[in-house]
Amino acid sequence: MLLLLLGIIFLHLAALVLLFVSTIVSVWTTGESTTSDLWTNCSTASGCNPASTGEWIQSVQAVMILSIIFSCLSLFLFFCQLFTLQKGGRFFLTGTFQILASLFVMSGAIIYTVMSPEWVPEGNSFGYSYILAWVAFPLALISGLIYVILRKRE
Amino acid sequence: MLTFLALTSVVLLGIVPEQSQAIAIYTGWERHALVGSDIRLSCSFFSWRWTSEDVTFSWTYRPDGSRDSISIFHYTGGAAYVDNKGPFRDRLEFVGNPGRRDGSILLKNLELNDNGTFTCDAKNPPDIVGRPSSVRLLVFEKVPIQAGVITGAIIGVVLGLLVLIVVIYYLMRFLVARRVFSLSVSKHGKKKKEGSQQRQIKV
Repeated sequence: MLLLLLGIIFLHLAALVLLFVSTIVSVWTTGESTTSDLWTNCSTASGCNPASTGEWIQSVQAVMILSIIFSCLSLFLFFCQLFTLQKGGRFFLTGTFQILASLFVMSGAIIYTVMSPEWVPEGNSFGYSYILAWVAFPLALISGLIYVILRKRE
Repeated sequence: MLTFLALTSVVLLGIVPEQSQAIAIYTGWERHALVGSDIRLSCSFFSWRWTSEDVTFSWTYRPDGSRDSISIFHYTGGAAYVDNKGPFRDRLEFVGNPGRRDGSILLKNLELNDNGTFTCDAKNPPDIVGRPSSVRLLVFEKVPIQAGVITGAIIGVVLGLLVLIVVIYYLMRFLVARRVFSLSVSKHGKKKKEGSQQRQIKV
């Protein structure tokens, strides 16, 4: 029982950490001498400039931040429900928030993929933060589904 | 002992005014403007000393993507010298007041090539040690949306909906519970009334 609990919490925390790293470090695209991401564009030639103020990149920023908020909220709710739920009850609320967080990450990554030719020059490949965002999405989804299926015992 | 202290303090007080302290220069961080408009780049400084007559202001410009900076403005000895050969000839005007520690310049009729970093360096002898301050100029063809407006709007709307749903949920539960409570009270009250009426009739 304890093992299951630890495993679930570990999965949730892994997804949360990936979300944080992906949003903050965010090396979303890399080239030979430039990196550009959600918040700044850096190049070795002319230093770092703040990111372009297009509508789409702002929406990606908002959606990633929202996914972090929802994932943190679901962790908090999980601990609340762990102690207050009656026996046999399901962690619906926790699972809903976690699934919402995974949906937000998915939509953020999709928007970035579709709109990136607009603000990223050709020849740049996607960086590791972009990949982390795509990895965080199924982790969060699986974690949320486990919460919805799980029943509280003892 | 006392005389020794007095002597050292006098000597120190004599030496300290001769040293120059750091001067702090203030410009904006970033300026946005439309093509064809004018913009005033402000520069002021803070110094512990009175504004001397030899105060100097100088502005240099480094275009975006370039590593070289050129000098476009210099004020010294009471006279302002504006750029007459470089990219800002006939477009630069000095609108500052050196007596009030203001070394602002006015750029007229902005073009898209004017994107870049403007650095202001001021010296107030003997206060000459200071770090020049830079302001970044961004020229747009149409007014863009400020960074973070849409981000904040989306986050605010979603969190607001969340709070609204929670409030509505608790309100519904409260109302339903109150209705159930009032129904049970009225039923209980009716039974009590019938019981007392029967008792009265019996009596």
